[in-house]
Amino acid sequence: MAFPTQDQVKAILEKVVKLSKADECTAVMAGSTDGNIRFALNNVSTSGIVNDTELAVTVAYGKRVGSATINAFDDASLARVVKRAEELAMLAPENPEFVPAVAKQAYRASPTFDAATAAITPDLRADVAAKSIAACKAEKLIAAGFLSDTSNFSATANSNGNYGYQTATRANYTCTVRTTDGRGSGWVGKDVQDVTQLNADTEVRVAMRKAAASAEARALEPGKYTVILEPAAAAGLVSFMIRFFDARQADEGRSFLSKKGGGNKLGEQVYDPRVTMIADPWNPEAAVMPWDNTGLARERQALVQDGKIANLNYSRFWAQKTGKTAVGQPGNLLMMGGTKSTADLVRTTERGILVTRTWYIRMVDPQTVLLTGLTRDGTFYIENGEIKYPLKNFRFNESPVIMLNNIDELGRPVRVASDESSLVMMIPPMKLRDFTFTSLSDAV
Amino acid sequence: MRRREFMGLTGLFGGGLVLPAAFGKVIAQEALGDAIPDALKRRLADVGLGAATSGGATYCDVRVGRYLRQFTVTREKTVQNVINTESVGVGIRVIADGAWGFAATNDMTDDGVAETARLALAIAKANARQQTEPVRLAPTPGVGEIKWRTPIKKNAMEVPIKEKVDMLLAINAAAQAAGADFFNSVLFLVNEQKYFASTDGSYIDQDIHRIHIPMQATAIDRQTGKFRTRAQLSAPSQQGYEYLDGDASQKVVTPAGVTVYNKSYDPLEDAQAAARHAREKLKAPTVKPGKYDLVLDPSHTWLTIHESVGHPLELDRVLGYEANFAGTSFATMDKRNSGFQYGSDKVNFFADKVQPGSLGQVPYDDEGVKTKRWDLVKDGKLVDYQTIRDQAHIVGKTESDGCCYADSWSSVQFQRMANVSLAPGKTPMTVADMISKVEDGIYIIGDGSFSIDQQRYNAQFGGQLFYEIKNGKVTQMIEDVAYQIRTPEFWNACSAICDDRDYRLGGAFNDGKGQPSQSSAVSHGSSTARFDGINVINTARSLG
Repeated sequence: MAFPTQDQVKAILEKVVKLSKADECTAVMAGSTDGNIRFALNNVSTSGIVNDTELAVTVAYGKRVGSATINAFDDASLARVVKRAEELAMLAPENPEFVPAVAKQAYRASPTFDAATAAITPDLRADVAAKSIAACKAEKLIAAGFLSDTSNFSATANSNGNYGYQTATRANYTCTVRTTDGRGSGWVGKDVQDVTQLNADTEVRVAMRKAAASAEARALEPGKYTVILEPAAAAGLVSFMIRFFDARQADEGRSFLSKKGGGNKLGEQVYDPRVTMIADPWNPEAAVMPWDNTGLARERQALVQDGKIANLNYSRFWAQKTGKTAVGQPGNLLMMGGTKSTADLVRTTERGILVTRTWYIRMVDPQTVLLTGLTRDGTFYIENGEIKYPLKNFRFNESPVIMLNNIDELGRPVRVASDESSLVMMIPPMKLRDFTFTSLSDAV
Repeated sequence: MRRREFMGLTGLFGGGLVLPAAFGKVIAQEALGDAIPDALKRRLADVGLGAATSGGATYCDVRVGRYLRQFTVTREKTVQNVINTESVGVGIRVIADGAWGFAATNDMTDDGVAETARLALAIAKANARQQTEPVRLAPTPGVGEIKWRTPIKKNAMEVPIKEKVDMLLAINAAAQAAGADFFNSVLFLVNEQKYFASTDGSYIDQDIHRIHIPMQATAIDRQTGKFRTRAQLSAPSQQGYEYLDGDASQKVVTPAGVTVYNKSYDPLEDAQAAARHAREKLKAPTVKPGKYDLVLDPSHTWLTIHESVGHPLELDRVLGYEANFAGTSFATMDKRNSGFQYGSDKVNFFADKVQPGSLGQVPYDDEGVKTKRWDLVKDGKLVDYQTIRDQAHIVGKTESDGCCYADSWSSVQFQRMANVSLAPGKTPMTVADMISKVEDGIYIIGDGSFSIDQQRYNAQFGGQLFYEIKNGKVTQMIEDVAYQIRTPEFWNACSAICDDRDYRLGGAFNDGKGQPSQSSAVSHGSSTARFDGINVINTARSLG
């Protein structure tokens, strides 16, 4: 389904803003085509396409705010949606934390769109599934996987003269390969903006190798071990922690970034000096929209610089209250590292455990960001720089704050997606000391 | 897996007006009472069914859906947001050349629906080229036109916003007066208006209403920097606004002195208790790790049942269809055939979609199958799974169990967990009786942290409130408790279950499964139960 052109979108948004008689008006339009294919037991299980385009109008009278949306864009519909938002605003309670619509922003376009991904067809999706399945069948392995892709546009305008329009694409492929006897399991994940960078035939072999290699797993006593977390394994813990970089929570005393006696840990050394994490919408390998969901322009900013807290996320209300400047909430997370691959890190490890993937991570104690979760789909014992044998999976109870103080070495960051975070991430493989495994799992 | 709260109480809604795109479009309050006209639903359904069959579909179902949600989000004295969302559209599923195809659209015209049916057909035909075995659907009779609505007394969607805001702000104020430094409360309402039609000859119109009131009290000790929280002890419910009436007959005072709730909830009373408990947690002694006998309240046990029984007995997981995401299951088919001892002989689990007030209750599932109750574990032995139409034949059944669900018109329906509940004990026993026989134990109330592996063996659970039991008596609150289990050992360690007087439901709106991930609401009932010799860890750490 074709989206409206940029000119059409701009004309609609300008019309909406002009129609409103409220103190201020913000109009946001977004449309997407989302496609996917899912396969399991070496067969395609489901596949689908969903199209949707919507216009959201938010108006304010003083501190009273109302919103309405519509998916028809003729003049009468536009008048109706504005009127409805205005009526709702007049009925709404005053919000003491109201902040006016963003001032005119200078958005610098970020490279979020790729034509090949926007042109994905059902046949291409079926081909990705077919290649994954064929490779596994040939080796008597069982594939289960998922390819999802999106092509979308977002546009925003308001009565302060702000306007932005940008298109974006993203595709994500994951595949779990299991041995027919259910004793071995391997996984691979690839997150791309340009689908031509995805070669399922090559990617699936990573999962196949791990499935075959993990079949004779041995039990190792739980305890503290040197681990190498592959980027996908580390991403789940790091992205969980980043959710708590909210300035207000820290200032209120209910975050690991709160200071004893009041205030937050901005500027304090919280991690190993090798830890640097930045947000940068223009990063060519992990580009995201140059504005956040309030329309505020994102900036390149460090959250952690050389192990010190460099920035916290301020909502516009909290920034105003505390005399800070709010910038757009980050859409990506770029953790710096070195030049080594996961395999290079294994080669320099005397004794340790290689973790392919982490799973079902949940908060145990927000005071210390103590997280629990499990290893999955390929856990291996390393001795004298070589993978010696597969291990049974472990449950861990570990804080990423403690983990990022126990760094032996960081490798080369790669683009990853997490099961439960919308951030686009560049995360290095990590060699860490004293990672805490608390029990064994029989799960394969 | 149960999704992390998709509306973090202090996160997503804290930053001004955020449009939760996943929940559809934002609409005005007065539109919440609307419905799609019956004649339009029928016409669109017939257009979709006609286009699919004339294009070669051997089966088709059309779902015309209108999904409404309302969030009233507050903290302390502030209403952070009132959001009404609506998502309307048509989802069409077909079988052609033996394969499934699905497409969905928000274009509610005859042409839009016919075009979507053809797209679903094209997808099915593309998929058929890769398919090695054709889909086999267990038969289900066409039932003609049927209409059903949750038997609500008061439609929460129609209660004026001011009344809801006033209630929440009063709750927040009471909690702060009782000692909370911060207090967040959200009223979360769901209305699913689902119209299902299929080539079997069914036109089923169902109007489902659910209510949930997540709350959290936070207490802070500024000097030490310690903070503790306590969340609500309510259960999300398939009821109207009457759930919040605080009916005294539905309150239960536990031997720990904590009030818990059955079919009616008193949010103001619980908010005040939450504030007191959060403060008390700041000073509570830390647990000594080791083996304990656990006494688990239903407000806690529902989540352990959900993760360690509900999920592993989903047939799609057992077969491997969820291997890439949610995982598979330790409870393989050979275990069912050999009468695997899932739990002690006191343990009976049943699945159902019929308990009144439960989140899963619905007369027909999302592929037109009449729902029912059936046994999963009988006298401790594994006897059955949960199936949908295209799985029934795999376990030798001639009909589906009615477990099919889609979270939106735009999502394809698939197998989702029914309510899975632990049957009450058969001999009379109160919670006080149970505790009087425990020498060295921990009494856990409310659900907390939760995590389980991809085959559902190894799990770890926290809670909201932990009380030490010594020599048959509840002695004091303790903190930093989590227990780790291996599923079959845990249920085999179940040595006592209170009788049906203590039976209560817990549940969640946000059970996540599938790719793309879908959210489902499900309840789990139990009476207070005892588990002997369970491994408890201490979760306190220091960041130096």
